[in-house]
Amino acid sequence: MGFLDVLLGRTKPVQPKLDDLFALPSAAIQLQAATGFTPTGSGSVCFRAVQGKTFEDIQQEVRELLDTDNSRPGGAGGLPVEVTKDSFGYTWLISNHMSDEVDTLVTDLHAVNSALVDNGFGPQLLCTMVAFTDENHRRMALVYLYKRGTFYPFAPLNGSGQQRDNALELQVKGVLGEDLKIEPDLTKWMALWGAPGL
Amino acid sequence: MATRTRYAPDRGLTVRMTVTMFLLGLVFVAFVAAIIGACVASHQSAAFIVVIALVFGGGSAFISLFYSDKIALAAAGAREVTPQDAPELHGIVDRLCALADMDKPRVAIAPTSMPNAFATGRNSKNSVLCVTNGLLSPQLGLTKDELEGVLAHELSHVAHKDVQVMTVASLLAIVAGLLVRFAFYSELFGGGRRSNNQNALPIIAIIMVVSVVVYAISFLLIRVLSRYRELAADRSGALLTGQPSALASALTKVSGRMNMIPNDDLRKAETLNAFYFAPAMRLTRGGNGRDGGNGGRSLSALFSTHPSLDKRIEQLEKIQRQLNDVGPGSGAKGLR
Repeated sequence: MGFLDVLLGRTKPVQPKLDDLFALPSAAIQLQAATGFTPTGSGSVCFRAVQGKTFEDIQQEVRELLDTDNSRPGGAGGLPVEVTKDSFGYTWLISNHMSDEVDTLVTDLHAVNSALVDNGFGPQLLCTMVAFTDENHRRMALVYLYKRGTFYPFAPLNGSGQQRDNALELQVKGVLGEDLKIEPDLTKWMALWGAPGL
Repeated sequence: MATRTRYAPDRGLTVRMTVTMFLLGLVFVAFVAAIIGACVASHQSAAFIVVIALVFGGGSAFISLFYSDKIALAAAGAREVTPQDAPELHGIVDRLCALADMDKPRVAIAPTSMPNAFATGRNSKNSVLCVTNGLLSPQLGLTKDELEGVLAHELSHVAHKDVQVMTVASLLAIVAGLLVRFAFYSELFGGGRRSNNQNALPIIAIIMVVSVVVYAISFLLIRVLSRYRELAADRSGALLTGQPSALASALTKVSGRMNMIPNDDLRKAETLNAFYFAPAMRLTRGGNGRDGGNGGRSLSALFSTHPSLDKRIEQLEKIQRQLNDVGPGSGAKGLR
């Protein structure tokens, strides 16, 4: 915020940074080679819905667009897009693919982003999450923060309430540090308990 | 199509705020000029008390700015909470900060039954966001969306650096207030000693009168500025969550509740008033009714740190319409 904005008490809504999301597919390969974590094929976009019909219409359009995409004849086909609302009031659009289709998954997620941005709702985007798992059924997600354009790992421990596997998260940070822009400020590694698709 | 924004700034509010600050600056310049003039006329006897007032006023403003978070927390008897203590509260703040791309302030809870919230701190790193037990209580019945609206309003205060802006704005009033007091005492006790200096007495009297006038004007202007800052925080908060009506309903719930609470809590909370979500001390008689305004502009509205509920809700309704505007061209909604 500039000096004038402070003086006049106004905030410019923060526009999302979208481009860095496309670094994800190559990072997924790197992650698998180094840690054994593979994508589950599930990914989601999380945003704060704006009240009113206009936003609902856009949301509906995005959903239809992704659904028709998934059932196109040439593609592998996939499950339809799921929409859920979490307990914080944020909407999650979940896209499911085969585990080797990270490219298509990211394209899907990007379609959601650009639809919201084109309609002027870019500031409502919170994060994108792509889920990973390994042979021991440990869960881990790479979370992309739209406003910062950075990634961070989020690894909830299985069956122990709200505990994070910090060791694994820091390991992933070390592995992917060169491929992805990892959020340097650890306080921004927000926990996403009960995030759908994880 | 170029990215367009639904979040256009409110020109009217910007203009009104600029005018207020300009007037405040003008009063400041006039005040300094008058004081310098008085000091020159009286050589040094009056200059002494002016310097003392500046040092005291500036010093206290600086201290209150630097320790604002600690002072406010101590005054409210609040206690900082960890994400484990209050996962829901932290979850909401986490998400709002990620949406707004700002540093997360510390979170505290005050054991007060009066529903309210405030945020203070000299910068975003040292800020603290405090809610009262009353705000979280099931009796008040705030939904999660409404609580989010309140927190977004407070985070906007942090983003707008309202504590700094209001501290600088109040500096003049503090100095002027001190001058009145010092001039009064020096006239009381210093009169006999300075009988050889014919000029000193009238000059000190002039400083006193000027200070009183400056104090009164700047006091009113600060209140005006404070009301505009509240509206600005409402606006930014509503745009951040995209739920203006959730904030509006939170406002009605909190304000409605405030009038029913006994005065004991309110008196304690008075010093913190400027940073609260809703004013802790209500001066308006019918400030909550939607029928306000027919009796002309009441004196209490002039002194209030917060705009009337009507005005705040009216603004939020406007934002709601703005957020729902369909794109400028008919093709703008298409997804291609």
